[in-house]
Amino acid sequence: MLRIMSVLIVSLFILTACGKKKTGPDDGTQQPGAGSVTTPGADRGPAAVSMDPFEDPANPLSKRIIYFDYDSSQVHSEDIPTVNAHAKYLSENTGAKVRLEGHADERGSREYNVALSERRALSVQRLMSFQGMRANQAEAVSYGEERPVEFGHNEAAWSQNRRVEIIYESK
Amino acid sequence: MRLIKVSIFILLLTSLPLHAALEIKITQGIGNAMPIAIAPFVVSGSGKPPQVVDEIIKADLKRSGRFKPMESSEFPQQDVTAESMRLRLWREKGIDYLVVGSVREEAPGFYKVKFQLFDSGGVKQLAGYTIPADKASLRMAAHQASDLIYEAILGIRGAFNTRVAYITSGQRGGKKRYVMQIADSDGYNSRTILNSPKPLMSPAWSPDNKKIAFVSFEGNRSGVYVQDVLTGQRVKVSARKGINGAPSWSPDGSRLAVTLSNNGNPDIYVIDLGSKKASRLTRDSAIDTEPVWMPDGQSLIFTSDRSGKPQLYKVSASGGSAQRVTYEGDYNSAPTVSADGKKVAMVSGERGKFRIAVLDMTSGETRVLTDGRLDESPSFAPNGSMIIYATKEGGRSVLAAVSEDGSVRQTLTLKGGEVQEPDWSGFLN
Repeated sequence: MLRIMSVLIVSLFILTACGKKKTGPDDGTQQPGAGSVTTPGADRGPAAVSMDPFEDPANPLSKRIIYFDYDSSQVHSEDIPTVNAHAKYLSENTGAKVRLEGHADERGSREYNVALSERRALSVQRLMSFQGMRANQAEAVSYGEERPVEFGHNEAAWSQNRRVEIIYESK
Repeated sequence: MRLIKVSIFILLLTSLPLHAALEIKITQGIGNAMPIAIAPFVVSGSGKPPQVVDEIIKADLKRSGRFKPMESSEFPQQDVTAESMRLRLWREKGIDYLVVGSVREEAPGFYKVKFQLFDSGGVKQLAGYTIPADKASLRMAAHQASDLIYEAILGIRGAFNTRVAYITSGQRGGKKRYVMQIADSDGYNSRTILNSPKPLMSPAWSPDNKKIAFVSFEGNRSGVYVQDVLTGQRVKVSARKGINGAPSWSPDGSRLAVTLSNNGNPDIYVIDLGSKKASRLTRDSAIDTEPVWMPDGQSLIFTSDRSGKPQLYKVSASGGSAQRVTYEGDYNSAPTVSADGKKVAMVSGERGKFRIAVLDMTSGETRVLTDGRLDESPSFAPNGSMIIYATKEGGRSVLAAVSEDGSVRQTLTLKGGEVQEPDWSGFLN
């Protein structure tokens, strides 16, 4: 299992660093097929090591959880750039697909919370399609209060559970 | 593949602890509970029967909150039978009712449970029955006796011979598991129906008590399924895109009302279980969910936030416009209807507290029955006398039951797990 994971991670590294047409900001490497890590002394000097943008904390693509206010499915204005970054990536990589998993906090009835969490997922989906993501690139799945990440019975826990997770099924 | 699935199912059934009984604690009974005495039943035959029938009857009647069974150490007569009883002695001890009986083994493993109920005020037999049972159904026979005693005294059918379905969730080997279980309504005989790594929700007994409809997130999205309790056979009813949820059986058992959102937003649909055809009942752009049938099968009550926040509405089973039903409180959802159609229990939210309330459909009055902060999932007993629901105690999810007038309260805890989403079955016989 661990071996497969390492192979996958390395492949991802290689894949994201080269080969894909990106019209966005240059990530520093210019060597298709050669991978993103340079051997010291083999070239003209050290070149920038590019990170997988999905893991780079400086890149909005690394942010994949959107949080919501109580009883609300409105995306906060400060989260719009994150949503837009994902939408842009998807519009430029039409083979990429995401699951938008909606969640709610535990208060109130369970099936109503499933519907509320769908509203949140669809809210994110709508914003992304305005930015050019295609309809078949996203699926909204709603878990209601069934999959909390925090188990307390207070606002600190509830605020962490009211969320939409952007999960890439393929990049 | 199927053979593997069946073997895994059987393996799960046998390998999981079968004694994960719900522990019931009475937290409140009514002040004027009727003093009753249930004398030890005379046992005859080879050896002891596997159940002490009089103890089960005593526990049932005590659990109803309406009876106060006397301890045997206080009995004015020991080893009392219908022939030896002197009702005056019992009356003088403040006892209103006396139950005497016997458990006779007619053939190896086959019994006749007999009981007689007397009113201590006169030499009147109020009820007398003989109930046949084998080893496996002896507990059920005791619950049937409790039902008959309850009805003879209170004039309402008892709900002791019933079951409860519920969902438990917990960690198993570091991973979260969701388990759908059923148990007798006294917490005994718990049995796993389904065990899943993905969420299970909304168990709903069929009107004949033979099947359970539920929501499962296997396959990474919600789906509505129906499973036969005895055979384990499962049928997928709906796994459309979007939400598939909140199944509710029509009173004749032929249809399931569900919530589907594949047409854009959550609406109420009715799926015919024979033809699998879905017909749409609501067309509002708001959230419409949690449908429940009225007992005459003509209309349904459901939750909708079309007015801004969740409230209960009523719609005809053939569709059309919906009428609002709840006007008190800023949040009303998760309806459950009593078997006589006169009462609707619900989750009622007010200033951040979520409690169980009952709306009397005749008078229009609403009464809040519980005082929790996070109460949910109410379900009526089939005689309308009690409502089971889920609540939090010490940070854990437990079940609780409250009488429909709020005077009797119990909690039902599961050792080492969280228990939620109870559904009370119908009368088993």
